[in-house]
Amino acid sequence: MTNAQPTNGPDAAFQDYLARGEFRIQQCDGCARHVFYPRVLCPHCGSTQLSWKAASGAGTVYACSVVMGKPGTHTDYAVVLIDLAEGTRMMSHVVDFDPHAVKIGMPVTARIIEKEGSPLVVFAPTNGQVQNGGTQ
Amino acid sequence: MSLQHMRGQSAIVGVGQAGIGEAHGFTAMEILAQAATKAVADAGLKMQDIDGLATCSSAASMWALPTAEYLGLRPKFIDSTMLGGSSFIAHLMPAMLALESGQCNAVLVCYGSTQKTGTFSRKAMSEAFKLVDPLPYEHPYQPMLPPTAYALAASRHMHEFGTTREQLAEVAVAARRWAQLNPEATMRDPLSIDDVLNSRMISTPLTVRDCCLVTDGAGAFVLMRADRARAQKQKPVYVLGNATAVWNRQISCMENLTVTSASESGQRAFEMAGLRPSDVDVVGLYDAFTINTLLFLEDLGFCKKGEAGAFVQNGGIAPGGHLPVNTNGGGLSCVHPGMYGIFLVIEAVRQLRGECGERQVKDAKIALAHGNGGTLSSQSTALFGLEETL
Ligand SMILES: [Zn+2]
Repeated sequence: MTNAQPTNGPDAAFQDYLARGEFRIQQCDGCARHVFYPRVLCPHCGSTQLSWKAASGAGTVYACSVVMGKPGTHTDYAVVLIDLAEGTRMMSHVVDFDPHAVKIGMPVTARIIEKEGSPLVVFAPTNGQVQNGGTQ
Repeated sequence: MSLQHMRGQSAIVGVGQAGIGEAHGFTAMEILAQAATKAVADAGLKMQDIDGLATCSSAASMWALPTAEYLGLRPKFIDSTMLGGSSFIAHLMPAMLALESGQCNAVLVCYGSTQKTGTFSRKAMSEAFKLVDPLPYEHPYQPMLPPTAYALAASRHMHEFGTTREQLAEVAVAARRWAQLNPEATMRDPLSIDDVLNSRMISTPLTVRDCCLVTDGAGAFVLMRADRARAQKQKPVYVLGNATAVWNRQISCMENLTVTSASESGQRAFEMAGLRPSDVDVVGLYDAFTINTLLFLEDLGFCKKGEAGAFVQNGGIAPGGHLPVNTNGGGLSCVHPGMYGIFLVIEAVRQLRGECGERQVKDAKIALAHGNGGTLSSQSTALFGLEETL
């Protein structure tokens, strides 16, 4: 992990870290709460002093919906909201798992994949709960 | 300072609709102008009497400009705040303030869309929005928006409160049963709970029948100060309370998926009106998806949090149930041209005037209209009443 501070805006900095294989989120120096998505100010206290911290990658499925593909094409995929251990929430995918088996409360772990040429944070079940093996 | 002094100071004096369902061969502006013409005539006014305009569109960013031009207006008051489907209920407060201050005397609130038959279709619009209104932390995960956002809320409501798909289906079935009593409604054929459960799944747990219609349609209403309203030809429908709340834009930024900012807009609107949910005779809730009706019944105080599933069971909000909700058939069965909010106001006015024929709620004196916009993002509540409720 490098200690070089980003010179870009928060959106670009987040992407820059991901491109280097690092999932970082902001933490407010003012109120200590974590912030996601990345911003120039803390939505909780208004402070503009935010630091980039390595995310633990640990999360829990807060809500889940399976978007249905055309029948018979096996292209259904789970869109989830993940509560990160740091206390923030993000939209994501659960990969390496039957989308219809994804359950609210399931522990998941972050990983960075490449999608359409850009890095993307997705989640896989923790505890080795691997089913079907089908990534999207 | 409270807004209670504004209770009953303004009234709706005219309403109009046009192009409901499919408006083949007409543009959005043309059906908007038809609805506006009807609303102005219903009020006993001429278009030249209109000196205030509130309108917005999901397809154009400067919509108030062509609207003023097309209708031949030179308004002294303009509001084009775009909050999604709740906009036309949110337009009430600034319009009332403009009337109260004497800035203008007659405000036309209007909307029109041909998202069903027009060239700028719903699909084309959602592609365009990815560029003009990007959601870089959601779009890469390909949620089917808006249904997936509401489906996520439904998944959470089911998880926390044991709400079932059958209870969600009750909402669609009740809306259809009301629509069957409304000759203007788009979908009027019979619909059962099994029909809803067995229809095509879109984004779990919502099937296509848990989702609103995609239609054309236009609506308009005219708002005046109470003193002038009494001189018009229709029975005035007074605005007793109105409030708007926005807590987030993206579904992923909603703090609690089972509590919407309707809990705030509702509380403020009831406070302004000096009323409670038990005072309301007829209810209109922005039912873009079946989960909406459950969330808003709870957040507006018609039942406790988590109990809306039981509240709607066995036809609870259908004709003959304990609370008449979405009596025109709602966005699920009557009409939903992208933004539905204005039709909630029109139905409330028609119910209070006693014009609803077979679906008329007997002795309706107080009506609630609640609008939602975005993905459970903006919420606006209005309470309306007849002269005797002042
Ligand atoms: Zn802070």
